[in-house]
Amino acid sequence: MNNAFLTWFRTRGLFSWLALAVVLLVLFPLLLDSFRLGLVGKYMTYGFVAIGLVMLWGYGGVLSLGQGVFFGLGGYAMAMFLKLEASDPESTKIQSTPGIPDFMDWNQLTALPAWWEPFQYLPVALLGVIVVPTLLAFVIGYALFKRRVGGVYFAIITQAIALILTVLIIGQQGYTGGVNGITDLKTLLGWDIRTDSAKLVLYYVCAILLLLAILGCGWIQRSKLGTLLLAMRDKEDRVRFSGYDVAMFKTFVFCLSAMLAGIGGALFTLQVGFMSPSFVGIVPSIEMVIFAAVGGRMSLVGAVFGALLVNFGKTYFSESFPDLWLFLMAALFIGVVLAFPNGLAGLIDSHIKPWLARWRTAKAAAPMAPADPAPPPVPAAAAQPPEPSLPAHLAQEKT
Amino acid sequence: MSNTDFVLAVEDLTVSFDGFKAIDNLTLYLDRGELRVIIGPNGAGKTTLLDLICGKTRATGGSIKFKNEEMLGKPEYRIVRAGIGRKFQTPSIYENLPVFKNLEVSFPHGRGVFGALAFKCTQEVNDRVQAVAGEIGLAGKLDWEAGLLSHGEKQWLEIGMLLMQDPELLMLDEPIAGMSARERELTAELLQRICQNRSVIVIEHDMEFVKRIAHKVTVMHQGKVLAEGPMDKVQSDPRVIDVYLGH
Ligand SMILES: Nc1ncnc2c1ncn2[C@@H]1O[C@H](COP(=O)(O)OP(=O)(O)O)[C@@H](O)[C@H]1O
Ligand SMILES: [Mg+2]
Repeated sequence: MNNAFLTWFRTRGLFSWLALAVVLLVLFPLLLDSFRLGLVGKYMTYGFVAIGLVMLWGYGGVLSLGQGVFFGLGGYAMAMFLKLEASDPESTKIQSTPGIPDFMDWNQLTALPAWWEPFQYLPVALLGVIVVPTLLAFVIGYALFKRRVGGVYFAIITQAIALILTVLIIGQQGYTGGVNGITDLKTLLGWDIRTDSAKLVLYYVCAILLLLAILGCGWIQRSKLGTLLLAMRDKEDRVRFSGYDVAMFKTFVFCLSAMLAGIGGALFTLQVGFMSPSFVGIVPSIEMVIFAAVGGRMSLVGAVFGALLVNFGKTYFSESFPDLWLFLMAALFIGVVLAFPNGLAGLIDSHIKPWLARWRTAKAAAPMAPADPAPPPVPAAAAQPPEPSLPAHLAQEKT
Repeated sequence: MSNTDFVLAVEDLTVSFDGFKAIDNLTLYLDRGELRVIIGPNGAGKTTLLDLICGKTRATGGSIKFKNEEMLGKPEYRIVRAGIGRKFQTPSIYENLPVFKNLEVSFPHGRGVFGALAFKCTQEVNDRVQAVAGEIGLAGKLDWEAGLLSHGEKQWLEIGMLLMQDPELLMLDEPIAGMSARERELTAELLQRICQNRSVIVIEHDMEFVKRIAHKVTVMHQGKVLAEGPMDKVQSDPRVIDVYLGH
């Protein structure tokens, strides 16, 4: 591999991406049993939400505490299709109205509601997974950002929307399955999604989509739009008075983050086999922000690792000490935000990378001076602590 | 007045903040290619006037015509796209981005969401960044992080970001505040160069500097125009001496 290629690779942050790809596609499938691998598959779906938050919160400077809404909408769109497939007249013949989902029958519905009808077609459902969250984000984003609502107010409003949607889902039991959610999902176009082999396939689909999503977001970060987002975070008025419609840029990243969350939700439904309001509300939405904060809100790959790590922690601790988990997570969040504002990725940038750079230059210099035991002087670039808020592709251009 | 040859025609402009008229029935015309300096004591409403022209503050009444087109009520980005650039009183640059990016992002292409996604830093953009960087004396610091520049260089960078947009009207709020004598000198030369093919409004306190650059001076006091004309005439106006130069 020549040097130009390596530089190209590094400025795009592709080494960490490659590391993630190896971990997800090779290491985990080799090392973990099918139960644990299923868990990772589930955690990866939160990775979609986390990278959406990197774009929205890390880059755009807009904190949403309602990403569960979009995760849920994507998840429900998928669940509706699967539920309709599982509710064919043959398997529901003991119901008073065969051919409709069981929870509708229990709630005395006698026909499928009209807005459920389109979801019997997979292409419509898949389109719904993407379009419904994106459209809702557009409406919310356009209305709020055009009115210059931002910061804490925006966070609180998104939180309120998460609450409203949860209440709505739980209240409309006959249409949504209520607090239990949509359960007993079985097949996708006749393919049983509950078997180990299906789970493995879905795991790979999820991992590959996630890796592609990271590449896509990386491309956006390096585009002028990415630079504008950073500029807006720094001096919003300067961007506005340079001829940009700031509200539209914020709306765009909000839609992007919603779309990613929706895709994550749909993959969650497929792998876990149900969807319920417990993934929509305030607490899951805040947890999603913690994933991104722990992993590093400026790093796409970091945020995915954050989602995996925090969820492993959650599973471990809530099995052993269920009461402790909430406190632990709150402490983790406060600790990370106060001590390591750029999360794990920031720690790696400020500690591991300079060390690696020193090691590399030491190795490169060695053949030239084999007899000299003294370490070569540290180049300025490696000795300088890197600016944590500056993304890699910009930091590279500085040198 | 309907159509005029003025590049900017501000007429009967008024803005009141809770009854306090920061700009009070102000009328001001600016010729093409003119460099106008606005002076006046602190709180006279100079910054507010620029805020009104660029759409940052909404006027209570009056009219602002740029090339005979009404600007009042337009969103900020439309006013900028019409050709009005504005520098803020405190240097307003993207401290975390390299100087090059600061300039590149100000280039007036790819201003929509999808335009920005598709935007490429072509040879044309690169040449323009280099040319502007040369103009503002930062050609050697393009890869510096903007936050590391000196105060004066930050002021120049912001002027450079405006030049990237090639505006027909450039408004600068106290561009030499905090600059050394040498930097003031360079800025005066810069302003004389850049007003060759555009109109410029400068707000400034430093009388030596004003004398050097101004074509015409407008003195503001309590939201009104107190006097207007060449520097020497304004300077000898007894009302001006009374409120501004006298103390
Ligand atoms: N948004 C605002 N709300 C209330 N008062 C304001 C606002 N902006 C400016 N003012 C007042 O208007 C007056 C003019 O201010 P300004 O234009 O900044 O003066 P100058 O730039 O000439 O020093 C000041 O008294 C200031 O307090
Ligand atoms: Mg002022």
